[in-house]
Amino acid sequence: MPLNDELRRFVTENFMFGKVGNGFADGDSFLERGIIDSTGVMELVAFLEEQYGIKLHDEDLIPDNLDSINGLARFVESRLQPN
Amino acid sequence: MQVESFLELSAARSPEKTALVCKGCRFTYAQLEARANRLAASLAAGSVKRGSRVAIYLENSVEAVISVFAILKAGAVFVVVNPMTKADKLSYLLNNCRAAGLITHRTKLGTLPNALTDTPHLQGVWVAGGMPSAEFATSKRLFDLGATLDDINLPAVPPAKKCIDIDLAALIYTSGSTGRPKGVMLTHLNIVSAATSITTYLENQPDDIILSVLPLSFDYGLYQVLMAFKFGGTLVLERSFTYPYRIIELLNLESVTGFPIIPTISAMLLQLDLAAHRFPSLRYITNTAAALPTEHIRQLRRLLPDVKIFSMYGLTECKRVSYLPPDQLDIRPASVGRGMPNEEVYIVDEAGRRVEAGMVGELVVRGSNVMKGYWELPEETDRMLKPGPLPDERVLYTGDLFRMDEEGYLYFVGRKDDIIKTRGEKVSPREVEDVLHAMPGVAEAAVVGVPDEVMGEAIKAVVRPQAGVRLTAAQVIHWCSLKLENFMVPKFVDFEGEFPKTSTGKISKRELAMAGAASSAMPLTSEQ
Repeated sequence: MPLNDELRRFVTENFMFGKVGNGFADGDSFLERGIIDSTGVMELVAFLEEQYGIKLHDEDLIPDNLDSINGLARFVESRLQPN
Repeated sequence: MQVESFLELSAARSPEKTALVCKGCRFTYAQLEARANRLAASLAAGSVKRGSRVAIYLENSVEAVISVFAILKAGAVFVVVNPMTKADKLSYLLNNCRAAGLITHRTKLGTLPNALTDTPHLQGVWVAGGMPSAEFATSKRLFDLGATLDDINLPAVPPAKKCIDIDLAALIYTSGSTGRPKGVMLTHLNIVSAATSITTYLENQPDDIILSVLPLSFDYGLYQVLMAFKFGGTLVLERSFTYPYRIIELLNLESVTGFPIIPTISAMLLQLDLAAHRFPSLRYITNTAAALPTEHIRQLRRLLPDVKIFSMYGLTECKRVSYLPPDQLDIRPASVGRGMPNEEVYIVDEAGRRVEAGMVGELVVRGSNVMKGYWELPEETDRMLKPGPLPDERVLYTGDLFRMDEEGYLYFVGRKDDIIKTRGEKVSPREVEDVLHAMPGVAEAAVVGVPDEVMGEAIKAVVRPQAGVRLTAAQVIHWCSLKLENFMVPKFVDFEGEFPKTSTGKISKRELAMAGAASSAMPLTSEQ
């Protein structure tokens, strides 16, 4: 499954309880759309660490990395690529 | 004094000072004052009169802040609605207070079709973020909020004062044991009194810079705006605590001196490596909504030795009850402190007689910060407001059980009702149960709070499906998420064949909660 779809599936199933009526674009802010809140972010971090084997540091917990499907995909890809 | 004077006086004193930092933009007192005056004129042109109610349905934003003051300048009563509120409840709130105006954002219009058709009293809607497309049809009069704020044809000076200080300034809706939210009526005097007392004990000065991540629909968040403008400080307003590292960065970037939190925020802060950071400008942290766990206090004290920690307690009906002076934190960490300045607190027995130190009883609050009652609910009001020592005076019976030590410090013992406190929000089990009972296939449902490390209490629903019906936890949670704000949606769902009942045939919440404490560690997806 492409990365964006995989991330979208996690977000939809866990934060929108499978709701599909209110579609959101890959660039939409989770905060603006009311999709995620502070406890949700912790679940998201746990998912990223487990699913992709990456470690998130405190300074990674910013909207640029975590607040949209595109942001998440960019962040995960940058971490998966060997420097 | 009226609440809008907080902004007007600071704008007169220090017009060029930064009043608000929001989403990377900075606004001076003069800019906010001029915009609030223009919006006040527009509200008046849109049928908002003295005493009218106007709802604000916006995320934390400069528009939300300006709206609060503009509504007051127009002589009206502001009602801040949680931006996560779903359509049905929004309609209920607008109709309950018969709002004449609504201030919202273009992106929210799609979620409120009913709120714009089933609300006969609503006349004008002020829309932030640009006007909706031409096909958006409504019988309400629409105003472009952004254009209004910058319209140089509207007066930038305040309109003539319409109110006196015993007029209503705000309705704040709070969860009640009856299920439907109740509007707490606050006068200008109530708010000015509470804001004066709190800024006195926090020793706020104009050079204080407050960082708030709390929604304005929560009185703790609302008062950060009101108080910062009262003492002429600067407010850094964020939408939420969702991305904690951003908040950590902001604390230093903006040289923040005051940071109001709730236990959920301290739990998340303590998951970060705080020891790697220094916060040289931070003077104090305040906590309320639920008691800060002793372990959090210990760790915060160790990590932030120069920061004063104020442990506080309150309820919307009087805003704040008590605060623990920081120098008492090590001496009596379990206390929520003593009454704030210009307020009397005491403990009474079942008959309303004051009890001696050390005895448990109901906490009573006396002061000009005590609400005028619940909006159009005289019976509920009479249960909370009872005669005080002076003729015609009414004091607040909090419904919370406390004891007081010899020196006047208060210790929380328990609540008289079954309200759940989760993520700092009060949730009426009845409100969630009503939604569950409306779900197809549900025969009976009960909602309890179970202890949770991060949320204080997590909401657990126990559901008995109708015979032959199979429901899953995900279905139940999905249903609730369509009807309720996120913080009210149950985190855990259990299915039961039979409920434990009390001798009077009521569901025994105590037994359910005890069973919940044992099973609440199970993940959300565990279905039975």
